[in-house]
This record gives sequence, structure tokens and C-alpha cells, in this order.
Amino acid sequence: MIYQGKQKIWSDYQKEIPSDHWFYVRSCIRQSFFPGSEKWFLGICRDMLGKDIHETEHHTTCGGIAYHCDVIPQLTAMTIVARQFALMTEAGYKNLVASCITSFGNYTETLETWREFPELEARVREALWKSCRREFEKPEYVAHASDLIYKFRGEIAEKAKFRLVDHRTGEPLRVVEHIGCHYSKMFPHKGVGGAEYPCVLSGMAESWGGRIIDYPERRHCCGFGFRQYLVKANRGYSMSNTHKKFESMEPYHPDMIITNCPGCPYFLDRWQYVISEQTGKTYGQNGYGIPVLTYEELAGLVLGIDPWDLGLQIHQVAVEPLLDKLGIAYDPAKKYLGLNEKDIMKPGLPTVLRCC
Amino acid sequence: MEGKPNKEQVAIIGAGIAGLEAAHQLLRLGYAPVLIEQADHAGGHVAEWNRLFPDKAPAAPLVEELLEQTREATLILRAKILSAGRLGDGFNIRLSDGTSLHVRAILMATGFSLFEAWKKEEYGYGVYDRVLTNADLEHWFNTGDDTRIKGDLKRIGFVHCVGSRDVKAGNTQCSKVCCITAIKQAIEMKERFPEAEIWCFYMDLRLFGKKYEDFYIGAQRDYGIHFIRGRVSEVSENIDGKVIVKAEDTLNGKPVKVTLDALVLMAGMVCNRDIQPLAKELSLSIDDDGYLKSRDNIGSVTRSDRKGIFLAGAATGPKTIPETLAEARSAALDIHNFLSGE
Amino acid sequence: MDFGFSLAPSSAVNLDTVDLSRYNRLVRLEPDARICMACGSCSATCTAGPFSGMSVRKVLLGLQRGQDAQVNRMLSACMLCGKCTMVCPRGINTRNLILNLCRIAADGSVSKGEGRL
Repeated sequence: MIYQGKQKIWSDYQKEIPSDHWFYVRSCIRQSFFPGSEKWFLGICRDMLGKDIHETEHHTTCGGIAYHCDVIPQLTAMTIVARQFALMTEAGYKNLVASCITSFGNYTETLETWREFPELEARVREALWKSCRREFEKPEYVAHASDLIYKFRGEIAEKAKFRLVDHRTGEPLRVVEHIGCHYSKMFPHKGVGGAEYPCVLSGMAESWGGRIIDYPERRHCCGFGFRQYLVKANRGYSMSNTHKKFESMEPYHPDMIITNCPGCPYFLDRWQYVISEQTGKTYGQNGYGIPVLTYEELAGLVLGIDPWDLGLQIHQVAVEPLLDKLGIAYDPAKKYLGLNEKDIMKPGLPTVLRCC
Repeated sequence: MEGKPNKEQVAIIGAGIAGLEAAHQLLRLGYAPVLIEQADHAGGHVAEWNRLFPDKAPAAPLVEELLEQTREATLILRAKILSAGRLGDGFNIRLSDGTSLHVRAILMATGFSLFEAWKKEEYGYGVYDRVLTNADLEHWFNTGDDTRIKGDLKRIGFVHCVGSRDVKAGNTQCSKVCCITAIKQAIEMKERFPEAEIWCFYMDLRLFGKKYEDFYIGAQRDYGIHFIRGRVSEVSENIDGKVIVKAEDTLNGKPVKVTLDALVLMAGMVCNRDIQPLAKELSLSIDDDGYLKSRDNIGSVTRSDRKGIFLAGAATGPKTIPETLAEARSAALDIHNFLSGE
Repeated sequence: MDFGFSLAPSSAVNLDTVDLSRYNRLVRLEPDARICMACGSCSATCTAGPFSGMSVRKVLLGLQRGQDAQVNRMLSACMLCGKCTMVCPRGINTRNLILNLCRIAADGSVSKGEGRL
């Protein structure tokens, strides 16, 4: 692998990301999948870095799941997007940052569609006015939340309490980065680093001391695929894609996987349990799985936030081996205590996959 | 210019094989050709090649013969054209070395560019350790020097149509010579690595020229080269630094995957964009494929739509060497007829 | 535990693991097996093809892609009429090719009288 070759390609895919004043839209599913991530995105950006990130309780789904499941037509999806733009305009913001990769893809696709077909924008404006009596300005910049953390990676590194280094050996941790499909595969120039070698996550991991693993199936989808997962009979296809990725990354012995999509960390994490039950195989060391983190969780760990405050106990794959490598102290007794020490109950243990 | 007082000068832009052959013919017709070449050597792409299809004839003697035949012509290397434009009934060309030419005829023998293979990001050229281009392989044949070819190769792949017939790469045209070049190079690799399995991934095999089909049958029968009909969709690198190629075997209707010790990308001929400012200065038309536009594509391929400006070789589109040489001769005759008052 | 779904087998052909010994054996017995260009003349004229799926082109391809079961199924349908030999533009002796293939067992070994017909 020739690192300079990748840098040459990265230089073609630089994306302008304003450093402040963003209107934030959340994901439909991340708050139940990885409940600490969005909270700590705001915590890190607002409280630690002093940025102005605005959100409103009036925003809805972007319609992405329904759109990608063929439940609603594109015109409907675009009108939902237009309503979010209207909320942004009403709040006085020009930059839109999305928590979800599919939302980011949906906003980008909508704007690109309007650029190519202005008559569709006119129809959507009319539909939004008729249905909601709202008007909007198009955002000047659309970013995914991982773009912002990428942008702030240097500031985070300066404040870091921990580096992505095995504190016992001094070796950089081996990090697999997995990019959500809708981040840049549709519009490579809208993602940091393009679609073939995106550097939005690898840039973070490298800035914080880790070493990126480039394995053969790095481009492969996690397998979620909306319809593949949502219809139970098709879930084998979803899991087979995840399985393919794990088989491909296995020889590199990754210490962790970081992701920037709502679905990917969920499936890369949970399928490790199902694969272990069905095939008897686990991919981490000593019978554990490979911990899968969101980029906010990773940033949070680097900044010294308590793992249980980040919500890492909600993961299927135990994160304790990773915390031990990083030298992060944690209290096992508090793992399943929620807000105000409320008992959130200990889950049952899998038969094969080792958990703490 | 060095004392050729009685002979009329003709400007030839480009000293590849088209320019050299045209210069050779113009010398014989009694003119004083001036070859203007931006590179530091004459012979163009052919001078960098090792052997030529379909006979595997070495490239060097062809170039040497052309240089020998054009010794009487003026050859200006590392030339940069500062300006070119109409002056009286001819053209004035000023070069950065101070040379100023006044000619009645210009031959555009400006050739092609090789597609920059890194632009097909999914093939990993410049990123993976064992991915090289057809031109790199010829360089290796010539010099034996290329770190991407490591040890005794057991499995080798060739990808046809890299940057050709590819709307997204900006080149819809067939580059014409890559199918036969891939077959030639596959055979040469099999001769060097007799134990190797070699796969050619193609979309269509376009083997139109004299002896090409025989060369193809020979590659199959005598060398056991495998041909898979399907465009390579993605390339990756495994933990040993080997190359994993994915394609669909469209004749079988199934995806295929293979791990290789080396992958050769058949980078296609694309238009030479460096000459577009000069073309603009001379009011030459550019075709929609980016190549210079002939007056027509049947009877007047070597004539431009501007009086006194002629075209030869790959300046107007992908060409084989015999086609290029024939066009150069044809253009020389056209220029002679023009200058002698046809 | 029954999850109601399981890993789906891949339909991809992995050339790294395909066993070519049967094909290579055939090539030694009938070298012209290599010069097929997949034009489909054989399949279009095949007497058995429309009813059984027999196709000399697909037999040769299947041998090189590890699809032994399909190859054996196709071979069993051949009636040895020789029409494919008549139409092959590259003059492959498809009859000799099929007869030799039938003699080569699926494991790549050849039954007695190798190559002689």
C-alpha cells in the first residue's frame, strides 16, 4: 500500500466545512441504538469546543428509511427535507449538519436533484407551502456530523486524555474505519476524501494516534440494506455481508471498528453475536468480539469521558478489552447503572461470544 | 536556420513516429521540415515501448530507422511554442528558444496522451503495490526495473479498456490498440513466467487488424491465456500485498474473484489536451472526443478545415503504428500538393 | 437458537480455489479446448440443448469455473450427433472433446484407454 497515493486522491476531495453555527438534525434510530452518541456530539461541540450548534424539537425524520424502502416517492421525501430546511431558515441558520448518514445522503441527493431539475424544487416549494405554510432557503453548507468531528480532530487531539495507543506496549491501535454507504458513494465530492478512500474517519483515528487498517472488503456495505434487514426472511443476506467483512478484516487483528452511520455500528456489533451463535466463530482476541464504536463515542473516550456515560454498556460486543488497551479506568459495578444510578438490568450472556 | 536556403520549410508539431515519417517524406520531396518537440527525445510513445504487435517486433529499430531517415531535418527538442498565428499567406511560429519560423504549411502530429490510470480510483493505481500499467510493463521489459513486479509471478491479470469506452472517465471512444496489446503483453509475461496463470478481463475483444486474430488464437492455444468477459469492478489489496480482483464473468452470469501477483491496467489512448491552446490559436476545430477534427473522417482525414494546416497520426484519434505511418506519408503528399500549387 | 435466518452462501466463483485439474487433463487430450471463443454456435445448433440445457460452450466454461455438477449434468444429455462439430468456426473437434470429458471422471483421473477413441 502506497500511502502517498491515497493522499493524492484525498487532495482531490477536499470539502469546505465551516467551523461554527450549525443547525443539527438527529437520526431516527441512533438514540435507541447508541444513546450516548448524539448527546455527546452536542456535549463535545458545545461545551468542550464552544461551538454554536442549534437544534429544535420540531424536526422530524428526513424520510430516508421510507424512501429507501420504496414506501414513499422521492417527491414526498424531498418535501420532508424541505420542511427541515424551513426550520433551519426560521432559526436563522445557513449550515445544516445531519447526525445520520442516510439523512446526509438524502439532503445531498435532494439538493443535487434540484440543481439538475429546478422545476422539481418549484414543485416541492409549492407542496411545502400548501401542506405546512412554510418557506425555506437552501442551506449554504450541508455536512455530516462526522465531517465536523473530522474538522475539529486537531482541537480534540489537543484536549485528549487518551491516545489510540496500547498503553502497555506503546503500539498504535489497529483501527478499521467503516463509512456509511450514503456518505459519499452517491456523490463522492460531497464526502471528505471521496468514495474510494474516504478519510473522514481515518483522519480522526490517525490524528488521535491510531493506525488504519486497509483490508480488501473495506468498501463493502455493512449489509443493513434497509429491505434486506427489515424483511426477516432476508436477514441472512444482511448478515452475510457483515460476515464477509469480518472474514476479510480478520487477518489484520483489528482492535476496534469505527463507523459514521446509524445502521453500520449496530449491525457490525450485533451480528457478531448472531454469527458466533450460528458458526461458533468470534473475531476479537480470547473469544471476545471486535468493539464497534461510533465516532462520537471514540471522540468521547479520547477526551476522557466515562465509558458508561458514553453508553458503551449498550453495545453487544464487550468494550472492556479495548478500554484496558487504552488504559481507561472504568468501574465494572457501574456498567449497568443508568442515569441517577438507576438499575438498567444486566443482559443475559451469549453462548459463544465472550462478554464481561 | 542552418543553411538550407533553397528549400521551403514545413513546421511539424510533434516528433513522434507520425512527425518523423512525415519529415522523412518531406525531405525526399525537397522540403526542409522543422520538427518541434516538447519532450527531450524524438520517437514519442513508441520510443518508450519494447516490442510491437502482432509480430513482437522490437520497437527500437523502427524509431532508429526513422531518426536515421530524418537526420537532414531540423529537430528542436524541449520546445515550447510561445505563439503561432497567420502571417501573410502563411504562419508565424515563435519558440521559447528564440527560433522564429515562417511557413506556409503546418503538420499537426501531436499524438495522444496515455490515460492517467489513477483516475480509475477503484483500480488502485499508485495506491496498491502490485498494480501497473501497460506502459509500466513495457518500461520493465526494456529495463527490468520495477519494484511492483516482485519475484516469480504465478498469477497475473490484465484489465482491458482502462479509461476507454468509459463515459465517466470522459472517453467514449475505443482506444483500439489495447486488446491486441494486452494479448501481446500476456504472451510476453507467459514467456517470462511459464508457470503463471494469466487472465485477461475484457468487455469486447476487438481484434480487427492483420494477424490479430491469429495472435489471439495463439494466446489461447499455445499459451493458455484465460479470457474473462467482464469489466473489472474493483481491486483491493490483501494482507500479503497481493491484488484481489472482482469482476462479473458475464458469459457465466456469476461474479468472479481472483488473487493476483500483478495486475496490468491497459490504459487507453486519450486526446492530448496540452495542444488545445495551440489549436485555439490556429483556429483548429476540436472534435467532441477532444481530438483534432479532420475535414471529414473518410476522404480527408489528414486535412484540417484550415488552409495550410494538416493532421497525421493519433492527433485525430487512436491509431495503430501502420495507420499512423500511412497517414504521415499521406499528409506529406498533401502538403507537397498544397505547396506546389495543386 | 433458531434465528429464522442464516448466512447465505455466495454465488461468486473464487478462481483461487477452483480445481482446474479436470480442465487441464482435457487440454492435454484435446488441446483445442482452449480456443473456444464462446460464440455460442454449438449451443444454438445443439439437438439436445433446448430440452436439457446442454451447451458445449457452457461445459468448457463450467470446467474452468469449478461448476462440476452442472458440467456432468450437461454432458449426460449429449447425444453425440456431431452438429456442434460441423458449425464450430474454430474447428474444435467437439465430439472428441466430449468423449474425452466423459472418460475423465469428476476427480480428474482418466479411465482406461486414455485419449484413444
